[in-house]
Amino acid sequence: MTTTTAPMTSTVAREIMYREAINEALRQEMERDETVIIMGEEIAGGAGREHLGIVDAWGGPFRTTVGLIQQFGNQRVLDTPLSEAAFVGAAIGAASTGMRAVAELMFVDFIGVCMDQLLNNAAKMRYMFGGQVKVPFVLLTRIGAGFGSAAQHSESFYSIFSHIPGLKCVVPSDAYTAKGLLTAAIRDDDPVIYFEHKGLYGNRGPVPEEPYVLPIGKARTVRPGSDITLVGISRMTWVCTEAADELAKEGVNAEVVDLLSISPIDYDHVIESVKRTHRLVVVDEDTPVCSIASEICARVAEEAFEYLDAPPSRVTAPHTPVPYSRPLENIYLPNASRVINTVRRLVNG
Amino acid sequence: MDLDQKTLLNLYKTMTTIRHFEERGIPETGQRQMSASVHSSAGQEAVPTGVCAHLTVDDYIGSTHRGHGHCIAKGVDPKLMMAELFGRATGTNQGKGGSMHIADMSKGMLGTNGVVAASVPLAVGAALTSKLRKLGRVAVAFFGDGGANQGVLHESMNLASVWKLPVIFCCENNGYAESTPVEYGLSVANVADRAAGYDMPGFTVDGMDVFAVYEAAGQAVARARAGEGPTLLECRTYRFYGHTVFDNPLSYRTKEEEDIWRARDPLKQFRERVVPEGIITAEELDRLDQEAEDLMEEAIRFADDSPMPELSELYQDVYVDYPLDMMRRGVNMAD
Repeated sequence: MTTTTAPMTSTVAREIMYREAINEALRQEMERDETVIIMGEEIAGGAGREHLGIVDAWGGPFRTTVGLIQQFGNQRVLDTPLSEAAFVGAAIGAASTGMRAVAELMFVDFIGVCMDQLLNNAAKMRYMFGGQVKVPFVLLTRIGAGFGSAAQHSESFYSIFSHIPGLKCVVPSDAYTAKGLLTAAIRDDDPVIYFEHKGLYGNRGPVPEEPYVLPIGKARTVRPGSDITLVGISRMTWVCTEAADELAKEGVNAEVVDLLSISPIDYDHVIESVKRTHRLVVVDEDTPVCSIASEICARVAEEAFEYLDAPPSRVTAPHTPVPYSRPLENIYLPNASRVINTVRRLVNG
Repeated sequence: MDLDQKTLLNLYKTMTTIRHFEERGIPETGQRQMSASVHSSAGQEAVPTGVCAHLTVDDYIGSTHRGHGHCIAKGVDPKLMMAELFGRATGTNQGKGGSMHIADMSKGMLGTNGVVAASVPLAVGAALTSKLRKLGRVAVAFFGDGGANQGVLHESMNLASVWKLPVIFCCENNGYAESTPVEYGLSVANVADRAAGYDMPGFTVDGMDVFAVYEAAGQAVARARAGEGPTLLECRTYRFYGHTVFDNPLSYRTKEEEDIWRARDPLKQFRERVVPEGIITAEELDRLDQEAEDLMEEAIRFADDSPMPELSELYQDVYVDYPLDMMRRGVNMAD
């Protein structure tokens, strides 16, 4: 589907929350295209109790799907049993036979129970079948620690998905990118994994009321600078800008790149920046081994080695599960002070 | 027998085409592609034949690693299948799938599948498409006795039941999950017993008898088309060969057992039943056998005469739209 893409930032007057931007993209795409369906656990809630006057009891676990069932009915907004393998697989089957199917996986940590459908069917069908099929399937899922939810409800392991050929992966960082990238994901003819960050749902920002599409695979610079490139992913973009504001007081002018897509990755955008700043720190909430942060550092080392004044570096979660207790979770998460310390070492070293 | 002559001839034609494809195609593939991942369904022909006889080209099926029979019964061209097994550009999948991924979307054939029971939810999803778009199509999810113990099958049966989807869950119980006997891995006497857990009808039929399969599948398909929901149909059958071309089945089963099942060969049983009744002559069936044999020779020639895929195909159809650069950048391909 060809669509003109919107600019990478917005200055319109209307401000809505990240959560509302997701809801608006879903609603507008369901209005626009009657083949769009969405299924998942508790996406309406209290399913099957219309006779008791219960409809949309929850509006989604994080209220990103609120109101959809009232507008589109329970044949297009399908609450599912707790059966991720079946409904993710069924969404892929529906997508390969003429629907645009969106499935919601409540937390990315739950991927283990349905990974096979994603890995062996969604990602590979088009290739294995010699191009006979399109799989316009979107998996909405949630990432992010910092909420005391412990090891099985807090992961950010998006890197394992970007490792899989056949999948596209996007990581919106604010309300504007949330709407534009979800609209793009639903209109895309390939399977797209869309990672919502739990820590961003309440963030407000300027969002146009009409539908618009942001290109999947394009990064954006959210803060220009000349001394070092900080690459952020999802919420970490705002950790980078917080660090950059502090660093500016010390006379260090950091550029912040918001990656937005982790498959494909906009390597050229990052490399162009590093060629000007000569230094790189990637800030990634995911764990470090085989991570997006590692990937970007490797790519920059290979393709811009002679431009570098310091080793490409990473600020990430440690190679541990997400801990429960507050002080442990606090040190687990990358934050501005860790970024600042890393930058100081690279700039002054 | 209340089937007309044309239906009977079609049933036999499908079975003998499958048999000839397995008997000729698999050894020929071994000589060319040396693939360990080809699984013969010889012996099991009555199941896809009896089930798919009730389907139109628009209906859907999801298949297994032992799926050549499903493909042929659903109308996929054996010439294109042979080319696929030989890894040729003219294959059903342009040589990029092979035996375990043969698909023909134009025939509602959603792919043979290399992961046990993995195609089951795809069939459920296709049935959902049919229901939501009011297409009147049904979907058959084929799986084996090994697949009967996969979680995704059970989730899928539950989902199809609560959503009343037009699905037929068809278990080809051939007695062995690779080398593991069905009685070791299955908690119940019959796979179909599990239908009760999902509030759907369950039947166990003789999968070596195409008439038994045809009759039971007819009921299941009619129920699905009427919007009454799914059925679990278990067909007791037997594979005449090992799990793949490389294992020796006598390492886990007896010659006596094989002989008993071979004596119940579905093609042979068909002859023994139909010819004495005078509906069809032995010569007519011989002619269908000969046509199948000729078709395989033609398919092998077609496949051998077909080109291999262009090397640039490596990067094609990973996505509908994705930067080629991202697939090869930094990997130091030898070009």
